[in-house]
Amino acid sequence: MELPLNFYPAHKLNKMLRQKQVSASEIVDAVICAIDKAEARMHAYLRVESKEMAQAAAGFDSKSDALAKNGSISDFCAIPIAIKDNICTKGITTTCASKILSNYIPVYDATVIKRLKAAGYILSGKANMDEFAMGSSNENSYFGPVKNPWDLERVPGGSSGGPAASVAAGTAICSLGSDTGGSIRQPASLCGVVGLKPTYGLVSRYGLIAFASSLDQIGPFTRDVEDSARLLNVICGWDENDSTSIGSAEAGSQDYTKYLGCSIKGLKIGVPKELMVKEVDGEVRQKVNEALALAESAGAIVEEISLPSLEYALSVYYIIAPSEASSNLSRFDGVRYGYRNRDAATLRQMYKKSRAQGFGPEVKRRIMIGTYSLSAGYYDAYYEKAQRVRTLIINDFNNAFKKYDVLISPTSPSTAFRIGEKAGDPLKMYMSDICTIPVNLAGIPAISIPAGLSSEGLPVGLQIIADTLREDNIFRMAHALEEAIGFDSHPMYLYK
Amino acid sequence: MVQENKELINDGYETVIGLETHVELSTATKMFCGCALSFGAEPNSCTCPVCLGHPGTLPVINEKAILYAIKIALALNCTVNKYTIFHRKNYFYPDMPKNYQISQYDLPIGSNGYLDVDMGDYTRRVGITRVHLEEDTGKLIHTGSTGRISESASSIVDFNRAGTPLVEIVTEPDIRSAAEAKEYLVALRNLILYLDVSDCSMEEGSLRCDANVSVRPAGSESMGTKTEIKNLNSFRFMQRGLEYEVSRQAGIVSSGGKVIQQTRHYDNVTDTTKPLRTKEEAHDYRYFPEPDLVPIHLDKEQAGKLKEQIPELPGQKSARYISDFGLSLYDAKFLTGDRQYALFFEECMKLYKNAKAVANWLMGDFSALLNKESLNLSESKINAAKLVSMLELIDSGKISSKIAKSVFEEMFYKGTDPAEIIAGSGLEQISDEGELELIIDEVIKSNPGPVAQLKDGKEKAIGFLVGQVMAKTKGKANPRLVNEIILRKIK
Repeated sequence: MELPLNFYPAHKLNKMLRQKQVSASEIVDAVICAIDKAEARMHAYLRVESKEMAQAAAGFDSKSDALAKNGSISDFCAIPIAIKDNICTKGITTTCASKILSNYIPVYDATVIKRLKAAGYILSGKANMDEFAMGSSNENSYFGPVKNPWDLERVPGGSSGGPAASVAAGTAICSLGSDTGGSIRQPASLCGVVGLKPTYGLVSRYGLIAFASSLDQIGPFTRDVEDSARLLNVICGWDENDSTSIGSAEAGSQDYTKYLGCSIKGLKIGVPKELMVKEVDGEVRQKVNEALALAESAGAIVEEISLPSLEYALSVYYIIAPSEASSNLSRFDGVRYGYRNRDAATLRQMYKKSRAQGFGPEVKRRIMIGTYSLSAGYYDAYYEKAQRVRTLIINDFNNAFKKYDVLISPTSPSTAFRIGEKAGDPLKMYMSDICTIPVNLAGIPAISIPAGLSSEGLPVGLQIIADTLREDNIFRMAHALEEAIGFDSHPMYLYK
Repeated sequence: MVQENKELINDGYETVIGLETHVELSTATKMFCGCALSFGAEPNSCTCPVCLGHPGTLPVINEKAILYAIKIALALNCTVNKYTIFHRKNYFYPDMPKNYQISQYDLPIGSNGYLDVDMGDYTRRVGITRVHLEEDTGKLIHTGSTGRISESASSIVDFNRAGTPLVEIVTEPDIRSAAEAKEYLVALRNLILYLDVSDCSMEEGSLRCDANVSVRPAGSESMGTKTEIKNLNSFRFMQRGLEYEVSRQAGIVSSGGKVIQQTRHYDNVTDTTKPLRTKEEAHDYRYFPEPDLVPIHLDKEQAGKLKEQIPELPGQKSARYISDFGLSLYDAKFLTGDRQYALFFEECMKLYKNAKAVANWLMGDFSALLNKESLNLSESKINAAKLVSMLELIDSGKISSKIAKSVFEEMFYKGTDPAEIIAGSGLEQISDEGELELIIDEVIKSNPGPVAQLKDGKEKAIGFLVGQVMAKTKGKANPRLVNEIILRKIK
């Protein structure tokens, strides 16, 4: 069956645009048509920009000849992209899927949005998420959960459930999410798309509403590895507004597409046994092992390794991330913007009521854990100790990368679980990120690519981890494995 | 030699004071964003998403502020830390856009310094615990007519000040009296003005000081319970507020009572301190390293360069004025006690030799007129060149020192050149010997008594005769010449 346009990767659409085989309006129409058919059941968006998308496409088409002439139809020109609703878009509500920001309209664009605008992208809408990016199932959205397009009874993963589901279902061509402990990779895995968490500092965080500043990183969701490299080309690079961004004004930009199509012969793959834990489903384990076998037959060297301190990653993460969050989220107080309780008689009451009513239960839980960890008398035992263990985790990765080019693991211990299945048990939910969290703690890059479908027809994801700023190794390995695995399934049933 | 760190005991009690001083730096832009600093601007006009704490914004360090803070640390003899980081200080208040303040905690810009405070008959060495950098908050304006929070229906916020670079200077509890506290602040302010990194205006709030005060029995090594005094917003209020607080605490302790640890507000109307909050209400600020900023490394070379940029400071200047210009300690201290005076003096010394004459005029008539008109030296119409040309007119005998006083006054108020003032005004001194001889002959003739006394060797009588000549010339006669001629004619 011929795939509709909205399931094409951006690089293919770009080629067709250049060759005038397709118009921007046709692309956008296909996306809007898909949204009309599937969005109500899926709820991947908090806001859809249908009218604006159509206008932008018409605008592009009216000057496409001129653009083509001076060669300025860049990779994401006229491509509808969904943006996670914690990335600031000037003049367009950015809610973090929270009541407390339900009416918040940013006065500025995030750096990644500025770069996408310069590249000519079209905003398809603001994507649903777990409130303030806290969650692994997208059940924590104030506006209601996102459903997994492969099975509407199941979660899409989180916290970037909307960005993942929209790409998987063809209601966006690509999307941007954010990843603090797995929030891009885990939903990418559960939705069968490609999700990249770049090296910490490679993509500017300016305009990303902070969850945990030392862990947050923006990254792309795409249909394939080539789009991932191309979208990273657009959004990466030094930013004067982000002190933690890597590089300088002088440093030139990378072209990550040059690592596509390279041989992986001789590349050394480490398989950390701490990420192949007992919690990993048999079928997931099997898909990962099949992929490793494919890598071996392509000439890569696969060895099991141990990174002993990864065992503590989850505990460390649930001290550091909530600690930073408790401080980052204190600006939401009803004073200057966002939700304010109007019945309060005193300042203190206004703070308390606005925050009590404005935040959901998981956000409150993490604010409380974080506040506790930073309190006088507990700081040394919790935050300080967690930072020290974080250093051990970094050391483990450093040692591993002395010998191995990449590490491979499952992205998520399981395929998509049922809505409500883990909602009542935070600890069980937190386990969903056991394979992804160590990567954020170390600030290194990792990608999740589809490794196939389970017997239930649900996507399984595979994680490729590389050393700091070694996205080249990630793309080399991911592209080779993508070709070898040949995953080419889409939840087309949505449109029957 | 002046006495060092004298013990001060009053009624059997020793006062212990430590000060926390906040200095707003005079950088062009704020600490973490590109907004201009804007004292007195339209409320909320100098703000941006960063200093308003909008979601998703990030701070970027103003390098100039770091350099300024390092200069202060160096001038206070601190160890400048080679590795310094920012922390978040968390607490909720509506003047704080993020509900945390970016500040410093265990790795400040500088630590372990001191400032020597000259108390006239002794010097107090005040230890500097730390010099750190942070961002200022916005300003709450309470809408009631009194401007007090308790008497206002609502409060509004001006965020213009939010994010202004602020240096906090914390002393050891080394200060032993209210007078020492005041002199410390005077010296600190002077030092910072020398560095040219802040305008240090207490009225505009760019220099603010809180004090920790306790008393203890003479000879005791342990600390008494302290109170923190706020709103000491002028040198005078600082001294008076602290004097009140010390006597209040001494009164409590001597009558067997216990001082309660609390924060107190100095009320300059009643001249008392009143409780603001007690220790139980103290915040847990939950300091942790600011993850949005990267650590600052200062290498040896940079530190050396900064040290070279520190200008000559008051103490060094004073010593040089004594050795190079032959000024007295008193004069040297006066002139270096205010950077503007020192700069004016040095400007004069480029054009003129007699340092003592310059010093006398600066310390005498000049400062008196400035005080009378509440002007700063830099606002005066008299510049170094004008003062020097007046001094040269005195030296050459064109005007008398006495006439110079009225010439100076005219220069001060009108800014006129001294040569212009005396030209054609008849103020010019009579130094023509022929003209003077005629007048002197007349005086000798009409005052035989004093002339006879002088002839008899009563030297004092010459004063009377000179006075007569001065009276006849309306003070314009050159007194040196008059003296000479009288003696020649009589002896």
